[in-house]
Amino acid sequence: MLGLNKADLRLYLIVLGMLIFAPFIMNPFPEGSGLAQFNGGYPDLLQKLVIFGIFAVGFNILFGLTGYLSFGHAAFLGVGSYAGVWMMKLLTMNVVPALIISVLTAGLLSVIIGYVSLRRSGIYFSILTLAFAQMCYSLAYSVLTPITGGETGLTLSLNDPRVLGTSQTAEGNIPVPHFFGLEMNASSTLELGAWSFTFNTGYYFCAVVMAVAFYFAIRLFRSPFGLMLRAVKSNQARMSYTGLNARPYTLAAFVISGMYAGLAGGLMVAMDPLAGAERMIWTASGEVVLMAILGGVGTLIGPILGAGVIKYLESIISTINSTILHQWFAFLPDGLEDFVVAIIYPFVGKGWHLTLGIVFMLVVIFLPGGIVEGGKRIGNLFRRKRREETPPSSTTTPAPKPGE
Amino acid sequence: MEAIILQILNGLDKGSAYALIALGLTLIFGTLGVVNFAHGAIFMIGAFVAVTLNRVLNLSFSVIDETRTDFLGNPMQVQVPYVEHWFGTQTGAAIIDWSVPLAIIVAIPIMALIGIAMERGLIKHFYKRPHADQILVTFGLAIVLQEIIKAFYGANPIPTPAPDAFVGSFDLGQIFGFEPFAIMYPYWRLVYFAFAAVVIGAVFAFLQFTTFGMVVRAGMADRETVGILGIDIDKRFTTMFAIAAIVAGLAGVMYTPILSPNYHMGMDFLVLSFVVVVVGGMGSLGGAVAAGFLLGVLQSFASMSQVIDLIPGINQVIIYLVAIIVLLTRPRGLMGRKGVMED
Repeated sequence: MLGLNKADLRLYLIVLGMLIFAPFIMNPFPEGSGLAQFNGGYPDLLQKLVIFGIFAVGFNILFGLTGYLSFGHAAFLGVGSYAGVWMMKLLTMNVVPALIISVLTAGLLSVIIGYVSLRRSGIYFSILTLAFAQMCYSLAYSVLTPITGGETGLTLSLNDPRVLGTSQTAEGNIPVPHFFGLEMNASSTLELGAWSFTFNTGYYFCAVVMAVAFYFAIRLFRSPFGLMLRAVKSNQARMSYTGLNARPYTLAAFVISGMYAGLAGGLMVAMDPLAGAERMIWTASGEVVLMAILGGVGTLIGPILGAGVIKYLESIISTINSTILHQWFAFLPDGLEDFVVAIIYPFVGKGWHLTLGIVFMLVVIFLPGGIVEGGKRIGNLFRRKRREETPPSSTTTPAPKPGE
Repeated sequence: MEAIILQILNGLDKGSAYALIALGLTLIFGTLGVVNFAHGAIFMIGAFVAVTLNRVLNLSFSVIDETRTDFLGNPMQVQVPYVEHWFGTQTGAAIIDWSVPLAIIVAIPIMALIGIAMERGLIKHFYKRPHADQILVTFGLAIVLQEIIKAFYGANPIPTPAPDAFVGSFDLGQIFGFEPFAIMYPYWRLVYFAFAAVVIGAVFAFLQFTTFGMVVRAGMADRETVGILGIDIDKRFTTMFAIAAIVAGLAGVMYTPILSPNYHMGMDFLVLSFVVVVVGGMGSLGGAVAAGFLLGVLQSFASMSQVIDLIPGINQVIIYLVAIIVLLTRPRGLMGRKGVMED
């Protein structure tokens, strides 16, 4: 079905199900209970999860398939955001043209950057993309201030010359981004006993885009083109001996992943119409690398998981403060309570980046395949146990290899 | 003419910092073949060693000074640093005043320890892994180090003054026969440049004239052969990592009066230092130093108002532009050697 094999179809349906039921899945704790702060089902976070998921999926097309580690992907996201806001300022508040222009602008920029950077590989490529992204960042902050809004960022205003549509609503407010009339910030709430679930139009719009983008990524992974990209990763020299030029393929992969980043930037704008240069700083590029690595590079589902875990933990952990910690450990004796809180405190709240850095290092050191590989290892562990539990029926069972 | 000389001088101090960091980076590239994204963090830690020493020296206790009274007529409490109490007011004040240069002595063992701990504890396990993994794990380490410093010292820059003797500017132009006050140059920047020159000279002399340095250079050229000859090259390379850390740390210590240390200064300098290494040529020590000064001076030229009027924004992007042009026209960098980090 849909041109996918059985395993891929199952994966795709799982992702679809997760997207549709995310407002339920992310809200497992009843409102008002002590665990309610672990709920991630509010629209703002859900949108972020999906948008960064798209960003990471796109990044994975480049890094996971070709092995080229780009350290400048946030530039495309930032440029996509700027293009989207300008489209809303000048043309219409409908998000479709904004998204299209975001993707196209990011694609154009990635053609230029990719054409130059892909002449080198390895760390040179990483440093070149880093240099380009930093250049875009510095330019956005300085010379391009009339276009980018500089430090304040680019926002809508009450007197934007919008060609299709009004520059302000009847009440004198800035109009809201919409999809053919469906307003992005509209939400409806469902009360079920102690639980309350919020369904947000913007989130479901993102989810639809994600579904399309993820489907495209699966098809790309399984296509002959995807196979070529893997060939680039495994042995570029051998590939060129067979008479194939790797550069068109890598450039195509670079541009596609740049367009995914632009799409993510456009979606950010569609949810909240503002753009700032801080989206392009190189630590933001590093963040998408973290997402891909944490989830599992080169796997389909990995980047989505990585983006989800990082963004969820970010929003949960950074809200924990010392008062909450004291509440949690109130059952301990006084001195011990202060001691435990003092140990944990640097890692939560503002210390979220410290936790992130440590987790990231641990993953790179011990689990280079990320969450997906971790899951596989645990799965193998259970499978082996089950095999050991079944009594050996005959002597044909191979002797366990040493070290196993 | 004066303006040009002034810009060259202005570029020298930044160029010195780039050159010192890039020197360490390229030493690590050349010897261990590792891309160290945490090198900027070492520079930053060096700066915070100076901050810490300054704070430690300023630790005070309060005494009641009977000779002075506050506005209520009570005897006034005065803060007296322990150092002044121990060594006498004059010597103590001098020690506090010279805290930044003194931090060099403290920083050398600390940076050496940090360097060895990093290499033995973490980077050693990544020699056989792909470059991408090395970049990623050192990037993670850089984040962790930066956040630890942030947790202890806060997010704001901490001003750390130079010794009083070096505060202010002097008239460099007059010495060379220019108009008075045409070329004013801060003392400390000149000190920094001289210091950088001495450190760079020391590293080169160490590599060139000692047996240890000779072995290291041989190891850079052909690691396996040196190993076959029965020399434990890994141990020497660990020492080189420590030396690279010391160089970056000292660059940070001495930079504190020029730029108040903040937790992200390492990252800021790291990106530029990478560019410097790439422009100079991966694995070429001379190239790193030359490119460091070259880019520092170029950057200060690009910040001249006449140049900015001509090409707006050039001061922000000049270094990256130069890097891109150099990498495309001379892929190995200005002085790159064949066979070092070709992929």
